[in-house]
Amino acid sequence: MHELPITESILKITLDHAKKANAKRVTDLHIVMGELATMVDDSIQFYWEIIAKDTIAEKATLHFRRVPAELQCMTCFEKYHPTDKELICPKCHGVGAKIIKGEEFSLESIDVE
Amino acid sequence: MTQNIPVVENIMNANDRLAQTNRARIDAAGVFSINILASPGAGKTSLIEKTLPLLKGRLRVAAIDGDIATSIDSDRAAAAGAGAAVQINTGGDCHLDAVMLHGALEKLDLTQFDLLIVENVGNLICPANFKLGTHKTVLVASIPEGDDKPYKYPGTYRGVDALVINKIDLLPYVDFRMDYFKQGIQVLNPDVTTFSLSCRTGEGLDAWVEWLVENAKKA
Repeated sequence: MHELPITESILKITLDHAKKANAKRVTDLHIVMGELATMVDDSIQFYWEIIAKDTIAEKATLHFRRVPAELQCMTCFEKYHPTDKELICPKCHGVGAKIIKGEEFSLESIDVE
Repeated sequence: MTQNIPVVENIMNANDRLAQTNRARIDAAGVFSINILASPGAGKTSLIEKTLPLLKGRLRVAAIDGDIATSIDSDRAAAAGAGAAVQINTGGDCHLDAVMLHGALEKLDLTQFDLLIVENVGNLICPANFKLGTHKTVLVASIPEGDDKPYKYPGTYRGVDALVINKIDLLPYVDFRMDYFKQGIQVLNPDVTTFSLSCRTGEGLDAWVEWLVENAKKA
């Protein structure tokens, strides 16, 4: 549900940058999405088709680059991928970790004509 | 000819910038502000209802309540003693965002208050993505929800400053492993301040109230 305002934000950023480049058409969007960013790409795609209509980005294809989550244990410094049921370090079972990757949510670039 | 234009812009930037504006406004009035998150039924409104009488004579409190529809929550906050209560009806949106809070702040004379309580829409997913500009984010969890919630909603649990564990009077009746629950929070949020309490019996409310008073004094 929160993907609607987020998709509006993506459209605004896209149109701002396309205008600056004097683009006639936006053909592709490259979006980076971390595993821990609670966004649903299908949902963004769904809203995109509605709200981008009648703009120069109407026909643009959305590409999502998924970044897997990576945590680093603050006890033994092991880097690991958390599972659904367990967040603690698989090596030393230490509690306390830092998120290294997985929270990204940005528009990396757009392709224009 | 196709041309690739680097953008590299955080998609939440527009909201985050407005959240900073909200914060500046709250700071200028010397008010301490909290954003309360929880799933529906965890006890956000009950916590506010029980807290307000305990703050009487100590802090002047304004409440902003977010819901998809109705003014039930702001009515309850006003009845419990909030000096002002503003309802935001999101009309379907599952969270409050910085724009909505900005609009609600317009309706309050913040200089008349010491504490601003913002009650978010009951939801453990979306509100975590939208900063509002408040000083602290408080999550209300409750025993009947189950001990696996920090694992299922890490985005919300890792981003909060304080955690209220409500309905502890139900512990004898529910299979709830407190150690497992707390471990799920400690992994990604070791510094979180935790309060275990029951809005129904009043047990544990004192420590929570003192935390609010202490923080409001510093603001």
